[in-house]
Amino acid sequence: MMKEITASMAGTVLNVFVAEGDQIHSGQEVLMLESMKMEIPIESGIEGVVKEVKANIGDFVNEGDVLIVLV
Amino acid sequence: MQRILIANRGEIALRIIGTCHDMGIETIAVYSEADRDMPFVKAATKAVCIGEPPVNKSYLQVEKIIAAAKEENVDAVHPGYGFVSENSDFARRIIEAGILFIGPDPETIELMGDKIVSRQTMEKAGVPVVPGSGHGLKTIEEACALAGTIGYPVMLKASGGGGGIGMVLCEDEQALVKSYASTKSRAKTYFGSDEVFIEKYIASARHVEVQVFGDSCGNIVHLFERDCSIQRRHQKVVEESPSPFLSDSVRQKMFQTAIKAAKAVKYKNAGTIEFIVDENENFYFLEMNTRLQVEHPVTEAISGLDLVKWQILVAQGEPLPLLQPEIHSSGHAIEFRLYAEDPVRFLPSPGKITALKWGEEAGVRIDSGYEEGGTVTPFYDPMIAKCIVHGATREESLAKAEAFFKNTHIEGIKTNAPLFLTILANVDFKNGNYTTSFLTKKLVN
Repeated sequence: MMKEITASMAGTVLNVFVAEGDQIHSGQEVLMLESMKMEIPIESGIEGVVKEVKANIGDFVNEGDVLIVLV
Repeated sequence: MQRILIANRGEIALRIIGTCHDMGIETIAVYSEADRDMPFVKAATKAVCIGEPPVNKSYLQVEKIIAAAKEENVDAVHPGYGFVSENSDFARRIIEAGILFIGPDPETIELMGDKIVSRQTMEKAGVPVVPGSGHGLKTIEEACALAGTIGYPVMLKASGGGGGIGMVLCEDEQALVKSYASTKSRAKTYFGSDEVFIEKYIASARHVEVQVFGDSCGNIVHLFERDCSIQRRHQKVVEESPSPFLSDSVRQKMFQTAIKAAKAVKYKNAGTIEFIVDENENFYFLEMNTRLQVEHPVTEAISGLDLVKWQILVAQGEPLPLLQPEIHSSGHAIEFRLYAEDPVRFLPSPGKITALKWGEEAGVRIDSGYEEGGTVTPFYDPMIAKCIVHGATREESLAKAEAFFKNTHIEGIKTNAPLFLTILANVDFKNGNYTTSFLTKKLVN
């Protein structure tokens, strides 16, 4: 089953902490967004293995955009 | 002075436009594509789009701003706060283009922008500084040895930092070791330099600053203090003057120290000396902001002066309109920074402001960057307005503020307005008994 981690709010991707193939646990910080001059950590709500990182550092993402796909 | 370009956005751009128009000066606004419909763009005499929404493609684009200033043939540039306001290269380039920069000399901006150099300068001038390394740290071993001498907890800070970014509290050596490398790499990313230093962490601290003003004739005055201890994530939320904590003797001593600090760098134009104050009223120099401060309306309320007008006059080479004996403080003023953010978790809340109804209390000044129907985008600082309340006494202004916020209704985005009512109802706040940890410690539970 495909699982996705989405952006909780609009912002710019400041940092990505995981790469393809990484095992991720629920609650793990996977990405840092910057919105309105604040750092917004994005945690995974689920566990799985990273299939694809869709967001690159510097990308602007909207609320709900898929950041990381897990399997 | 016929024409001023404002290299900023939102409420501060509107605020500067207001004074310029009062003085019969035309204004040029610069704006990003995201800000096309903002009130400041409409209020300016003329507006020039300088790029895409992200700040590094618009409001930090020095080349584009300078090109617009030349193209529009302006006499001066007002940088506001944030963005390019403390960029000495920007100031220098503006001056080289034959345009006045409304602020201090580029050399002063540069000196005060480096936290280590400014600290050394102040120490030399006899201004007390927080016990600390006083120079950049070369290795983690050096950091640990020094922190051991000063005593934990210590603050690990980036030399190029400010505004609360790039500093970490370390309770013990283990924490210092853990934060050292990440703070350095972060400092490199944010400020272009990985130099860090350490300072003693002052517990139960208050943050009190003094507004100063200098002119090119060598006059320097103070315009009283602002207590800015109510903060979240090291960013100010509420500021007031007079400070409810300082005794009169320490207050006078702080004013004299601020003037001494400003004189040490032959300061010109508006500036703010920030002090950290411990529970025994010992105060130490923290940093100097070489620009107009967000909370300058607090000073305007108690002094009856227009600081932007003073900035423009001084930039033209005129002497300060008033000297120290002619400057008076009247009553009490308090400012609340309204942020588009969740009032509990302090997370940002961008979106469309579907309703914006302010309370109708007399004696409240509203410096808003937005109107009803406007959209708060995720690209910039979440502050949408400042509400400044002036009363004969602190008690009176707090009561007015409470009535004002009870009758203020904002819909479409979350704001921290409910937090203001919580603060105003807090007994410790009412008694003026609060420190910089008030929001994180006092109100959470």
